[in-house]
Amino acid sequence: MNNKVLNNRAWLLVLPMLVLVAFSAIIPLMTVVNYSVQDVLGPNARFFTGTEWFHSILNDASLRNAFVRQILFSLTILAIQVPLGIGIALIMPKRGWQASAVLILITLPLLIPWNVVGSIWQIFTRGDIGLMGWGLRELGINYNITRNAGDAWATIILMDVWHWTPLVAMLCYSGLRSIPEAYYQAARIDRASKWAIFRYIQLPKLTNVLVIAVLLRFMHSFMIYAEPFVLTGGGPGSSTTFLSQSLATMAIGQQDLGPSAAFSIIYFLVILLVSWVFYTTIMHMQKDKNPHGGA
Amino acid sequence: MTWMVWTTPTAIFFSSIAAMLAGMTLWEILSPTIERKGFLPISTTRGDRLFISLLSAAFIHLGVIGFTTLSIWIALALSAVWLLVLMRWG
Repeated sequence: MNNKVLNNRAWLLVLPMLVLVAFSAIIPLMTVVNYSVQDVLGPNARFFTGTEWFHSILNDASLRNAFVRQILFSLTILAIQVPLGIGIALIMPKRGWQASAVLILITLPLLIPWNVVGSIWQIFTRGDIGLMGWGLRELGINYNITRNAGDAWATIILMDVWHWTPLVAMLCYSGLRSIPEAYYQAARIDRASKWAIFRYIQLPKLTNVLVIAVLLRFMHSFMIYAEPFVLTGGGPGSSTTFLSQSLATMAIGQQDLGPSAAFSIIYFLVILLVSWVFYTTIMHMQKDKNPHGGA
Repeated sequence: MTWMVWTTPTAIFFSSIAAMLAGMTLWEILSPTIERKGFLPISTTRGDRLFISLLSAAFIHLGVIGFTTLSIWIALALSAVWLLVLMRWG
């Protein structure tokens, strides 16, 4: 037995934050739940609809397609950005002015607002004035993001990789910097190969930051809105319409508050489930590795 | 409060969630939870098991509403049984 006194009064210090979160998240979320079971036409005209909205949302073919596209998009960008981010972090200079210069250079895309990123790529990919669009066309490639769904997809993925890989790279870079030199010395004594150093020293030490990177990138990409909206507007057709854009069309465009509230709740539950599974699995893997705690 | 457009069912729903959280707090004060391993692949505390059962209850309800013609009460009953099983043996 240890003699540590468990003092739960410290939780009182969390109260101010709880009040803030109640106003910014919990009460609005409760209101959304209330809207999802009603047809609210005005302040005094509302009808209880029960589970009707949920039934129609879950059986809506276009929303199901948007959901599948969303999953595909998130998995694709994770599969590209995480290995690429680790790779960039590994070849980044470790000290001196080069380290600072490279850090600033790769951080630049992160500073650009999402709408602006969309506009940049919109112009960049235009066939008449855009460098990439014009260049590809001159090379004889039939590239047109407003007509070919494949081109639109490739461009959105390229844009997201350009915008967000720096975040993964930065997180990995900070993770790599925190590995004590003694590990590398021990590896040199064992004449470990570069791959062995990566596999048995660097990658395990990166687990913590990779959890954060994967979670952040998953949530960001699952909620992506502004960039594809500006770049393709969800087209051609609906080939790049993701979940949040479907939600915005329904809630703001058509003012269908009941169905969009039901949609929001389902959307929220999916994000909650996936994030929880990610988090628990990775935390669990770590606990197995060192059962006595500590990183 | 009118702007929140409350209905009786949602009010009951949120009150039960609040009651559960208050009950869990009281239970924790009376006898603190011990992390243990049940039939779930991970070791969990009491609060973890409540969270897991509530989250799965949400998906049980969505499944019943969206893809079957069964009554929502069947979903509720299933979730209640699942909650008890998970709290005891999970």
